[in-house]
Amino acid sequence: MLTFENVCKRYPDAGEALTDVSFHLQRGEMVFLTGRSGAGKSTLLKLIAMMEQATRGSIVFDGQNITRASDGKIPYLRRKLGLIFQDYKLLNDRTVFDNVALPLIVSGHGHQEVARRVRAALDKVGLLGKERKYPLALSGGEQQRIGIARAIVNKPKLILADEPTGNLDPDLSAEIMRMFEQFMQVGVTVLIASHDIKLIHRLGHREMMLDKGRLVSA
Amino acid sequence: MKTMKPIHDPHIGHRLAERFQAYLLNHVHGLLSSLGRLSRTPFTSAMTLLVLAIAISLAAAFYIVVANLQQMTGNLQASNQMSLFLKDNVSEAAAGKLAEQFRQHGGIESANVITRQQAMAEFKAHSGFGDALKALDSNPLPNLIQVQPKHALDDKAAVEALLTELRQIPQVEFVQIDMQWVSRLQAVMAIASRSVAIVGVLLGLAVIFITGNTIRLELQDRRNEVYIAKLVGATNGFIQRPFLYAGFWLGLIAGVIAWIIVTLMLVIVESPVEKLSSLYDGSFELMYISFSEFMLLLMMTSTLAVLGSWAVVHYQLRQIKPQ
Ligand SMILES: Nc1ncnc2c1ncn2[C@@H]1O[C@H](COP(=O)(O)OP(=O)(O)O)[C@@H](O)[C@H]1O
Ligand SMILES: [Mg+2]
Repeated sequence: MLTFENVCKRYPDAGEALTDVSFHLQRGEMVFLTGRSGAGKSTLLKLIAMMEQATRGSIVFDGQNITRASDGKIPYLRRKLGLIFQDYKLLNDRTVFDNVALPLIVSGHGHQEVARRVRAALDKVGLLGKERKYPLALSGGEQQRIGIARAIVNKPKLILADEPTGNLDPDLSAEIMRMFEQFMQVGVTVLIASHDIKLIHRLGHREMMLDKGRLVSA
Repeated sequence: MKTMKPIHDPHIGHRLAERFQAYLLNHVHGLLSSLGRLSRTPFTSAMTLLVLAIAISLAAAFYIVVANLQQMTGNLQASNQMSLFLKDNVSEAAAGKLAEQFRQHGGIESANVITRQQAMAEFKAHSGFGDALKALDSNPLPNLIQVQPKHALDDKAAVEALLTELRQIPQVEFVQIDMQWVSRLQAVMAIASRSVAIVGVLLGLAVIFITGNTIRLELQDRRNEVYIAKLVGATNGFIQRPFLYAGFWLGLIAGVIAWIIVTLMLVIVESPVEKLSSLYDGSFELMYISFSEFMLLLMMTSTLAVLGSWAVVHYQLRQIKPQ
């Protein structure tokens, strides 16, 4: 599903953020990426999302080498990913429906298909009935669930979540994690960066720990 | 496990049709929503449209003015003629005989005598010196023959030859020919029409840059939206579409406003032009922008505006990379 081989990432005038990282994710696996702040978790996710390019090594996703994907190919590769961010990255001047529909509209789906899939995604995250609301009218937990609905609406093969519960209280965090477990159960691979060690240990999934850019346990 | 799709999936045709429909709907929706976007910032849009319209109307006005002048000078060519001022001692009868001889001449189309009385009457009527002329006790004007050469401007050498021939006639004091100022005017007109092309190109560039700049600001405004669209897999083509539509509308609407401006301008000058025309025997009629010229104008302005938007969006979209 996803393979890193000796991946290094060096930011210009900021030193190496990732050093010699190698690992493999199976289809349908749920994996936590842990480590202190500044360990390189976000950088690792950005390499997969092609928001940054590896300095060395190779990244293979779904049978394709994406290490140096061209600008022309990136949009199509991204459609196989669902991205979730700590700050949600929602369009606050669009309704919940429009936010969740964006990945479908961008990839040219028909009206009815969009409406059907958006409703299904909102149902999965428990936001059915709030389609017409605007993000800022909802709570933080609800906003993150809009983000999650947007990430799953395109039926991605891999969900990447960068500190998805960073802004949420423990109860909401646990609820969000349970949601990810449900996606995993239907065969989606989930990679979550988080430093909420207590919660992660309790869930008992595979953990990969980064320390100063090196993978210390996989 | 991958499941193989049967080759004759009955849904494939349907899905394709739906996708195609979605594609078209997307375009129509983009076209309308970009118009909606313009109307949501009415002040900014109005400013841009006005600046564009002024640039376009300058070019269009210059064009139509020169086209009118060309039509006018075209009419003048036809009336190009030579005036033979006869010596004082030549009588009206002698002048008539001379004119009769000219009519037999192979290079002359027509010849008309204007007697000194006729000339005086006309002069009084048109010059505005009527009262002053009454004070004169004798008529200072000579008899005159107006000669219209055949193929007046086709063959300059022939006209020159005719001119020399007429000058040598003993009864003729001097010959005045309209051709020199007509050909000077034509040279000026040639410069004017070339200037129309140059001004057109410059103002066309202005349309490209003004639209490009407006779209650049719009793109900056919607940076966040562009960034998120990229994150969920939007191609540059998809993202740039609404901006190109916005450019299209700016060009089209500005073209229509420019047409209105130029037409109003022509309406304002119409009555003085009619007065001028009456001095030329009503041979001149003010030309407005024709329907096909109007369509061409809209095509050019919208194309240039789309071009300006495209250049900016194409370049800038590559700069916006999710970080
Ligand atoms: N865009 C960037 N430019 C320069 N340095 C960066 C950039 N992003 C991250 N870094 C550096 O890379 C290291 C890893 O950062 P990051 O991947 O954000 O860690 P984490 O998500 O684990 O907190 C840090 O030292 C950070 O300062
Ligand atoms: Mg981080």
